[in-house]
Amino acid sequence: MLYIGTKFVVRNRTGDPVVIPFMSTISEKTTVYQANDSSFPRELEDEAIYILREVASQFEKPAILFSGGKDSITVVRLAQKAFYPGKIPFALLHVDTGHNFPETIEYRDWLVNKLGLELHVRYVADSIKQGKVKEETGKYASRNALQTVTLLDAIEEFKFDACIGGARRDEEKARAKERIFSVRDDFGQWNAKKQRPELFDMLNGKIELGENVRVFPISNWTELDVWNYIKEEELRIPSIYFTHERNVFERDGMIWADSEFINKSEDEVPYKAHVRFRTVGDMTCTAAVASTADNLDDVIGEILSAQISERGARIDDKRSEAAMEKRKQAGYF
Amino acid sequence: MDILRIATAGSVDDGKSTLIGRLLYETNSITQDKIEALESASKRKGLDFLDLSLLTDGLIAEREQGITIDVAHIYFSTPHRKYIIADTPGHFEYTRNMVTGASNTSVSIILIDARNGVIEQTKRHFYISSMLRIKNIIVAVNKMDLVAYNQEKFEAIKAELLGIAEQVSFKGQTLQFIPISSLYGENLVRKSAETPWYEGATLLETLEKFSTQNSELSTIQARFPVQHVVRPKTEEYHDYRGYAGKIASGTFLVGDLVEALPSGQISKIKTIEKFGTQLEAGNAKESVVITLEDNIDVSRGNMLVKVGEQPESRKELKAKICWLDSQMLTVGKTYLLQHGINRVKAKITNISSVIDIKNMSLSNEAPADGGLKLNEIGWISVKTASPVFADKYEDNPANGSFILIDENSNSTVGVGFVE
Repeated sequence: MLYIGTKFVVRNRTGDPVVIPFMSTISEKTTVYQANDSSFPRELEDEAIYILREVASQFEKPAILFSGGKDSITVVRLAQKAFYPGKIPFALLHVDTGHNFPETIEYRDWLVNKLGLELHVRYVADSIKQGKVKEETGKYASRNALQTVTLLDAIEEFKFDACIGGARRDEEKARAKERIFSVRDDFGQWNAKKQRPELFDMLNGKIELGENVRVFPISNWTELDVWNYIKEEELRIPSIYFTHERNVFERDGMIWADSEFINKSEDEVPYKAHVRFRTVGDMTCTAAVASTADNLDDVIGEILSAQISERGARIDDKRSEAAMEKRKQAGYF
Repeated sequence: MDILRIATAGSVDDGKSTLIGRLLYETNSITQDKIEALESASKRKGLDFLDLSLLTDGLIAEREQGITIDVAHIYFSTPHRKYIIADTPGHFEYTRNMVTGASNTSVSIILIDARNGVIEQTKRHFYISSMLRIKNIIVAVNKMDLVAYNQEKFEAIKAELLGIAEQVSFKGQTLQFIPISSLYGENLVRKSAETPWYEGATLLETLEKFSTQNSELSTIQARFPVQHVVRPKTEEYHDYRGYAGKIASGTFLVGDLVEALPSGQISKIKTIEKFGTQLEAGNAKESVVITLEDNIDVSRGNMLVKVGEQPESRKELKAKICWLDSQMLTVGKTYLLQHGINRVKAKITNISSVIDIKNMSLSNEAPADGGLKLNEIGWISVKTASPVFADKYEDNPANGSFILIDENSNSTVGVGFVE
């Protein structure tokens, strides 16, 4: 029998406990529980719709931060349902790093057209040109952190007082501490120590001019909830979430999509493989997984048996233990 | 699939993180890369074991100080249901964060270190759980391995807490005691061979059996706060006027006679809709759009209730309040009172008594310094600028609480429970 604890303890043949320092030695559990009822908890949808309706009423000019990823697609669906048969009362804002997967851009334009939404795109490349941010260099160069500046400028330009994002608390430990209405100061900064208490379902979005609120309606959803929702709602998603053949190379034990945006070293030789993406950010910060899943059931099956978390495929989180908290302090969502 | 929302409270020393870590592990909710990240973080701290608190203490300040400061939300599932744990701090200084985290839950797990027994913190957790009217309390007597799984020790703690329960518990609250060892996993998921004298269920079995709060909320008087008026003004929906909101409590049926508050106008429910699908009934916690037979005056912040079930219209409220701000609550000051989604100006007219949450003693006098300080709980009277349609918190928790917002700082500074 094997046990987990602050130290891991197993019992030897005579029943005496033996302390094992680390997890790597453990391969068995007392009981294996795995969710097999894959139905989506509808309570989460009711909660998210409630939040979106509060946003429409408490703010003057809210926008949805849309990346073309599965979480922001879910948010758009929820907004569609929240105000039906009326129109979605939010514009979409896409901060384009210029390093997107072309498939997500294609999807974005299809969705905007289909739902008749208003889309604003602002480019990290422009912020670089204006000298506001400096392009990173080296092997791990990415525009992920740079987009914060472009985002804050766009918020100021359009005078958005609320930005709705698809971030979830289960993604990352700093995000687990986020409120549903996350108040940011004039500089977009998150102050973890001064968060407003959120009691019951009462949301307080009162702010001063210049401040803004980041809103996270799917805070309480897990990755699996999102996929089950996409399946039950029969939502179309960008093709890169399903298996496809792509030029990839290996780095740090992860599969990277080959692209002109990535600085490869000589020994990083691209090859063709069947992969899909579990999470979609920039091409510079999102790793692929080897997969043959070409439908939602298979994707869900892969997630259920995965030994790696969703953000494990996010190179941007691997920079340091507090990478997410530090980016949020600087105005990231 | 339903959702059970749980609050845990305690300090790192009680083994709270270990308990959560093990629940995640046993339910396959923690992945290899997260464990590897924990492993390297533990090593960096110079530890030779896995520090599971690093899993939930997500802020730099928490990891530096080795304490939980703010609420973390943790998720796991069993084949039966989805669980959301609000992991809240146990220190007195962060009582407000505990109240916040526990406010959305229907189960509270109070952790006790079997070696230390009932301490001040235990009483506080119990008191706050009861104040929030959390129906199911699990007292997990942890670290039983360190007291040789001694039954007397367990029974003594149980007896002491049952004594406290006579003061703080309410009718209908259930109290269950489970001897556990988070470290060895005894009685968490697997029934322990070390406690043959314990005949009850394991922690997870106990959780699996609880009913969620929603089913109970649907059986009480119906309240529908209107969040948003849907008026598409398109050709197809030219005269459409729908009232969007989340049903706070009770069940509404198509055909029900309803009264709009505060106007007092009466109409009949024509449809209850979700994204165009017409329902026969809407239950508590469901976000729906309701349309009425007649064009009556209803706008955001108004409430639809069934005729014959109207709540009292009040401009003066008595309430128990927990103060959440470093700036004191003072008599005579004006705040914004938010009841559900409805905001009105409110003035504090009196503070009648204060409870000393550290010693659990009630003082029937107004506080000497004239106000309520951060983390204090007291009884106040409030006068509102316009009527509030609140129920007593004990009758209807979904319509019986409010928050106070300071108009200078815009902060949420207090939470009240209507009496």
